[in-house]
Amino acid sequence: MPRIRPGRIIAWTLLLIGGMIMVTPLLFMLSTSLKDASQVYDLRVIPQSPTFDNYIEILGDGRFTRWFVNSMIVAVIVTVSNVFFDSLVGYTLAKFRFRGRYLVFVAILSTLMIPTEMLVLPWYLMASQFGWLDSYWGIMFPGMMTAFGTFLMKQFFEGVPDDFLEAARIDGLNEFTIWWKIAMPLVTPALSALAIFTFLGNWTAFFWPLIVTTSADLYTLPVGLSSFAVEQSIQWEKIMTGASIATLPTLIIFLILQRYIVRGVMLAGLKG
Amino acid sequence: MSAIAHREAASGGLWSRMSLGQKQVIWAWGFLAVPLIFYAVIRFWPTFQAFYLSITDWTITRPATFVGLENYKRLFADPLFWQVFRNTFMYLILGTPISLLISFVVAYYLDRVRFMHSFIRALYFLPFLTTAAAMAWVWRWFYQPVPIGVINDILSSFGIPQQPFLRSTSQALPAVLAPAVWAGLGFQIIIFLAGLRAIPVTYYEAARIDGLSEGAILRKITLPLLKPTLVFLVVFSSIGFLRIFDQVYNINTNDPGGPLNSTKPLVLMIYQTAFSSYEMGYAAAQTVVLFLILLVISLVQLRIMRDR
Repeated sequence: MPRIRPGRIIAWTLLLIGGMIMVTPLLFMLSTSLKDASQVYDLRVIPQSPTFDNYIEILGDGRFTRWFVNSMIVAVIVTVSNVFFDSLVGYTLAKFRFRGRYLVFVAILSTLMIPTEMLVLPWYLMASQFGWLDSYWGIMFPGMMTAFGTFLMKQFFEGVPDDFLEAARIDGLNEFTIWWKIAMPLVTPALSALAIFTFLGNWTAFFWPLIVTTSADLYTLPVGLSSFAVEQSIQWEKIMTGASIATLPTLIIFLILQRYIVRGVMLAGLKG
Repeated sequence: MSAIAHREAASGGLWSRMSLGQKQVIWAWGFLAVPLIFYAVIRFWPTFQAFYLSITDWTITRPATFVGLENYKRLFADPLFWQVFRNTFMYLILGTPISLLISFVVAYYLDRVRFMHSFIRALYFLPFLTTAAAMAWVWRWFYQPVPIGVINDILSSFGIPQQPFLRSTSQALPAVLAPAVWAGLGFQIIIFLAGLRAIPVTYYEAARIDGLSEGAILRKITLPLLKPTLVFLVVFSSIGFLRIFDQVYNINTNDPGGPLNSTKPLVLMIYQTAFSSYEMGYAAAQTVVLFLILLVISLVQLRIMRDR
């Protein structure tokens, strides 16, 4: 065991101070959301007389609840779709032998080179032709499957021993059941990594939802917050309350699932 | 599922006469059918369409007609494009080295810390989970003049003159970049930590037995073995900074990309060309240029870093 040296204590202290600085913007956001308009200029981090009035007012007007629900619906459906299809394709490319397999893999992987921004105009055209503007499907369709997720899952399925699958085949299970019941449970860490990434990416997505939605009823939380903040102009305590509502759910989920999320990010980063 | 079961029942004789390999091929294409349609319609077709639109004069009201390379000529003759091009590279040139340097230093020391390790790690990681649209407003508030702005308040309490931040053409771009760097650090630190942990302990033990100093171990063992992680993060974060949009759009909503276009990145120019001016063909040409920039930068980085 290393002895505790002064250098280590200094490094530890500096790391802690740096970490405190990192969360300062979040603390200020939260504390201001608990202040009334007259206290906003008082920059104490702990509010003098904390109040939930801002939250009551903002949540009471119903729009934020609506945007919250929209974001939740979009993020959950896209996440479920990615977990299902990305792992199905990843599994097929990892565990089946057939002509054209390599071609399919390269074709899917090549889409990683195309930036979303380049596809946005054709998507917009497609959405307006099919009447998908201002709909959940319009927000969701571009992200229902991703090459990144497919590649990640393929990497993990390659680590599943063929013997397991062969044994299931001899038992007479069909290929779909083998994938769903045998292979999927063996890659749960990868599945949770994929789910976390997809959910977070869609929860915070701004560019495409901003383009595809024009009616406030269909805004996701980030787009709604942006329009709300413009409308409030300089009522900072209201804006900070809105920002807190948009931010708190992911922070709370993280605090509960910290171990899994950090492991998931590591897995995705290393294999991806 | 049930479709496959039906097919099996209908052609029972044929299916049962197939070899295991033939059945596997059918299963494989069955699994791939829906995803392949998705990739064809939602990824490949739009990619070709983007190239095609870039050589048309499509606007919302007017159907597309072929104009050759007109859009590209117009773009390269547009002083705004060159300003935007410079800004976009400023985000890259400042953002990537600064964020990687900070995150490596933090990860390097955090890796050795045991006491309250996961708490400190969480402090650095939390900003990564935030929405850029929300955080841009928090930072916008920080940058306000006294008495609202937190940063100027702190500066004035030390007797340092007020800074204009978002109102100044020279300070605005770094001020917009700061929240982007801040929000990305946590991810980079976690990836660095994973990379550091993947280096076998025996290498370090051997180096210590050989009497190498900490600095020499860092240079000769840690950094070379961390290269795959480093390559990934350089390419990944460069692409992120070249595509910056959410922060810029939200931090100055009265004049996105201002003051005087000094913070406008390429993606914001694309957005405004397409959805404020409705010049879709011209915007498509800009997206093709963005694609080429991302491609060239990634390839150059991969080439340089592989050779070293």
